[in-house]
Amino acid sequence: MANPRGELPTWVDVGLIPLLNLLVAMVVAGLVVLIIGENPLAAMWILLKGAVGSLKGWEFLLYYATNFVFTGLAVAVAFHAGLFNIGCEGQAYIAGLGAAIMGLGLEFLPWFIVIPLGIIAAMAFGAFWAWIPGYLQAKRGSHIVITTIMYNFIAASLMVYLIKDYFRPVSRMAVESRDITGAYILNFREIARLYFDVKLPSTPLNLTVFLAIAAAFAVWYLLWRSKLGYEIRAVGANAEAAVYAGIKPARIIMIAMAISGALAGLMAVNEVLGVQHRLLLEFVGGAGFVGIAVALMGRSHPIGIVLSAMLFGLLYQGGTELSFAKPLISRDMIVVIQGLVILFMGALEYAFRPALAKLFVKVED
Amino acid sequence: MDLSLLSEILASTIRLSVPLVLACLAGLWSEKSGIVDIGLEGKMLAAAFAAAASAAYFQSAWIGLIIAIFVSLAVSLIHGYAAINQRGNQVISGVAINMLAAGLTVVLGNTWFKEGGRTPALPETARFMPINLPGADAVSQVPIFGAIAKVVSGHSILTYFTILLVPLTAWALAKTRFGLRLRAVGENPHAVDTAGISVARLRYQAIIIAGILCGIAGSFIATSLSASFVRDMTAGRGFMALAALIFANWRAWPALYTCMLFGFLQAGGNYMQGAHIGSFEIPVQLINMLPYLLPVILLAGFIGKSVPPRASGIPYTKDR
Repeated sequence: MANPRGELPTWVDVGLIPLLNLLVAMVVAGLVVLIIGENPLAAMWILLKGAVGSLKGWEFLLYYATNFVFTGLAVAVAFHAGLFNIGCEGQAYIAGLGAAIMGLGLEFLPWFIVIPLGIIAAMAFGAFWAWIPGYLQAKRGSHIVITTIMYNFIAASLMVYLIKDYFRPVSRMAVESRDITGAYILNFREIARLYFDVKLPSTPLNLTVFLAIAAAFAVWYLLWRSKLGYEIRAVGANAEAAVYAGIKPARIIMIAMAISGALAGLMAVNEVLGVQHRLLLEFVGGAGFVGIAVALMGRSHPIGIVLSAMLFGLLYQGGTELSFAKPLISRDMIVVIQGLVILFMGALEYAFRPALAKLFVKVED
Repeated sequence: MDLSLLSEILASTIRLSVPLVLACLAGLWSEKSGIVDIGLEGKMLAAAFAAAASAAYFQSAWIGLIIAIFVSLAVSLIHGYAAINQRGNQVISGVAINMLAAGLTVVLGNTWFKEGGRTPALPETARFMPINLPGADAVSQVPIFGAIAKVVSGHSILTYFTILLVPLTAWALAKTRFGLRLRAVGENPHAVDTAGISVARLRYQAIIIAGILCGIAGSFIATSLSASFVRDMTAGRGFMALAALIFANWRAWPALYTCMLFGFLQAGGNYMQGAHIGSFEIPVQLINMLPYLLPVILLAGFIGKSVPPRASGIPYTKDR
């Protein structure tokens, strides 16, 4: 009775409850806008217009969404194994090393060798950085939440050291690597100009967006159509019971974390090989944490994740435009909304359940 | 290394340890009762902003402190509501709190003070300033005693108060009825419930103590260590305190020593730019990394063993 799980119709569970929670998060965000003396509805209008009112807005939205799909999928795969990976931020950061080493080191090779190698290296570096906490959880019993948090900080220090002392050319003032002069991932503007002779606005949107769609499909296939995915979900549902099905939870935990880290690593492909063409400090910029909100909102399902990644893409792009129009509503407002979404869709997800249960569940006795 | 530099580093170690100790004790109280608190960082940040903003408005560090405690308490109660009443995921709630604090402090600061999230610089009268202990000046010229006085004297009242809190916490947790019940609720809430004691009530009490301690920590960061609020000024101290808590194996005295060690690493890092071991230059980043690396090594069981309270992080559902 206390937690009437599974007693509600499915559409209420996966449709109405998330929608209600999102609505409450948005209402609270609106109250914050009201407190700082702006009109929430007017702000919402500027935000929407900035994100979906123009081709440029859409392109930016999809660029942000690309990053969030990767980190959202990363968090979701770990969720399915019953693990909370807070370390996507650090995994994506370290993955930047892999992408940059290939991009900078193999400049003499053609793109069809460099780019796949860059993608594989980024995934491998991200996977490695997530595998360590996975190993420590599975074999040494340290809690994954704590270890992944610590690994975010360790990654941050390590990357400052590596970029400052090994990647930065002597001539550069900024702490960043030199530019990649060889192959990189083309952006939409270049493709339109080269192959279609069309002029597109200048945005960071590049071909990695298709990689995001492929990744979403691959995760769906992995989780619901493959043996490994079944094992991951079995461990997440009940690790002790999974043992009786011949599954080794320790092995699955390490594999799930490595997959999670590899997905987070793809975010670095977008930034390093697709947008910046060099390795910068803090290029992840919080996308790893957005992934938590995206995974929660998308109910850890690839379709939900793609949709909520686009919603967060909308918030990021619209929020940027909004901060130009209304300087009081700075981009930090997006972080507030993120926090509210995580609070209401994650920590307080059952808040409306008792009331809804009264509405929808017929009392039988 | 000469003595005056050493005493300078040690004095700086104490200053930098204070917020870590307070946050670590907050985490200790909370986790001993079975509530995981990833949101220490967010609570401190919210409190730091509240302290700096209200100290600037009322021109009083004490009013800043009180308001900081109230704000931190309010944040704590949100966490308590999610974790205790709603039986939500405590880690997720903590992550949400950290984000809310990071965003709201800057948005509100920008609205109220129009300095890009910064609060106005506080004059000395609206800050917790160093207190010179009696006799410290008198011995300042005496060789060894002068150096010791330089380390021990000249801290703010909050620092001395924090040092008192450590034995108080250790005693309260180990020797009082409240402490015993609190530890029991973190180990086996069902047993506590069976004895007719409210699990929720005890956990709320722990959460409230944690909120107050984070409030003091935030106030110290904004109105003693610095003279205004700047964005993200807690700079990961909440997570470092969490790391210290693990390293101290959820005990008060070791928590103090660990926080002092981490404070020393922070203070030392500032002085160790370009230090060498033989021909190898120690990167500052390595020193910055140690507070996060050490708990990982400890948790992995390579040095000693660290065991959290057994019911920590698990929502309590009353049996029927």
